Amino acid sequence: MEKIVTRHFDVPNSYLLETYLKDNGYAAARKAITQMTPALVIDEVKKSNLRGLGGAGFPTGTKWSFIPQTNPKPKYLVINGDEGEPGTFKDKYIFELDPHALLEGIIITCFAIGSHKAYIYIRGEYVKSLQRVQAAVDEAYKAGYLGKGIMGTGFDIDVVVHPGAGAYICGEETALLESLEGKKGFPRLKPPFPAVVGLFGCPTVINNVETISCVPPIINKGAEWYAKLGCEKNGGNRLFCVSGHVVKPGVYELPNGTTLREIIYDHAGGIPNGRKLKAVIPGGISAPLLTPDQIDVKMDFDSLKAIGSMAGSGGIIVMDDTTDMVWAAMVAARFFAHESCGQCSPCREGSGWVYRNVKRLYHGHAREHDLRNLPGIVNNIGGNTICAFGDAVSMSIGSYVTKFRSEFEAKLVKSEYAQPNH
Amino acid sequence: MFSAEYLKELDKIKNKYEQPRAALLPILHFVQDKEELITPEAEKNIAEYLGVPVVHVHEVVCFYHLFTLKKLGKCHFSVCQTTACALRGSEDIIAYIEERLKIKPGEVTSDGKFSLGLVECLGACEIAPIMQCNKDYVGGLDKKKIDELIAKHR
Repeated sequence: MEKIVTRHFDVPNSYLLETYLKDNGYAAARKAITQMTPALVIDEVKKSNLRGLGGAGFPTGTKWSFIPQTNPKPKYLVINGDEGEPGTFKDKYIFELDPHALLEGIIITCFAIGSHKAYIYIRGEYVKSLQRVQAAVDEAYKAGYLGKGIMGTGFDIDVVVHPGAGAYICGEETALLESLEGKKGFPRLKPPFPAVVGLFGCPTVINNVETISCVPPIINKGAEWYAKLGCEKNGGNRLFCVSGHVVKPGVYELPNGTTLREIIYDHAGGIPNGRKLKAVIPGGISAPLLTPDQIDVKMDFDSLKAIGSMAGSGGIIVMDDTTDMVWAAMVAARFFAHESCGQCSPCREGSGWVYRNVKRLYHGHAREHDLRNLPGIVNNIGGNTICAFGDAVSMSIGSYVTKFRSEFEAKLVKSEYAQPNH
Repeated sequence: MFSAEYLKELDKIKNKYEQPRAALLPILHFVQDKEELITPEAEKNIAEYLGVPVVHVHEVVCFYHLFTLKKLGKCHFSVCQTTACALRGSEDIIAYIEERLKIKPGEVTSDGKFSLGLVECLGACEIAPIMQCNKDYVGGLDKKKIDELIAKHR
């Protein structure tokens, strides 16, 4: 299988400009700027069926085409590297092992949308990523791949590396813009969409790290080549992050449409200690759980949506048959309660309510109404908030309660309030 | 107010951005790296420097987990407690650290050498269970590794 995003990962010193140039580095950027028009670049990316790999799966070329070219304001490209979705750790590898592929993708994207400034927002905990990307940016400036009139073409581009500061919500694109402007990461109400009113009130494209890293190979080898690698409407490969109860946790680059079973058993080595699969989160903690009978699903945006879950960020968390699902729900609910930004009441209050509720169930302090009320609380968060975080709480926690109802009921039987002497 | 040398560094950061306020997060990182925490004095100085109200700086410091208003231990453990780490035993790891250091999450040891914080996903689930020891990622945590870390920083 042909590797795309991870193609340089095993090369020694892959993160240096010198190494990147040896494999035709920056040739795609040169080709785009000197032989293509912005419209042609956008068209090529549209035809490749590249979709946003941060989690939403929105067609990338289409997103770029939303930038109004008649707007006299400056345009911005913002790279979302706030990678915080639990179970996801792929962008870190791109930052650390192939930062120049990202920078080349940034140049091509900026050319396509008519932008001369890009920000790379990297989560604050990723200290090594921040250093590696900053070093790559410095190298690229020195060698004339960034700055004024890059590669002798007359195209100007500046790139700024920006550190986050530990807030999950800043991975939400409009919260990220607020954060980049030096504010609390409160998501914005849409519309207006960032393509029209984004960073500093200007038209802005926000793309994930992995998505942009796919752009140079698409320009080099063509949209058709890329589209053929994946499945219908979802071109190319994807970095799947596998963690939890598997023999070989890690990042695996595989074609979109690979089955979840193959990823867990063939690539990640299956479940350790001869145990059996009990549940799996297919796309980061926000994605509804799947049960063992569902793992023949193809891992692409449309197939996962069709079975009521989502491909999300590609973070696969595997749980074996020793896992207490009420405990797992409590851990997930604690995450949501901790990371709710607090802007919308249903999410701020609801996420804490859900956590306390599940916690009581797990610790044997629950009354019957705690379980009876749980689905109602969960369902009244999603759809009632500014951003998709509320939906994530509903979908995720809702799936534990629906799919493992009997385990929740068993906790109620063991609760202190169910004992005869109480 | 900040020293001239300090201001030179801050100017370098600020000049990257279209609006001064956008430099707030990197400036807070810079100040915290130097001073180990964000003091009310620093908040006031940063606000003046960027031309924003102090309350604006304060609310940002409070919103983001990586900024701290109180001094942490010389060696601060940020232990991940989210799903991938929890499945691989982070609860036992946390309990063991509490037992060894005789502190609870959010506390600092009386000698000021260690502190413990619980955090959500650090984005290194492939080496779970993990923590950040100050800024360094330490994966595959077990009792032995924790003993080693404590011995190293004792």
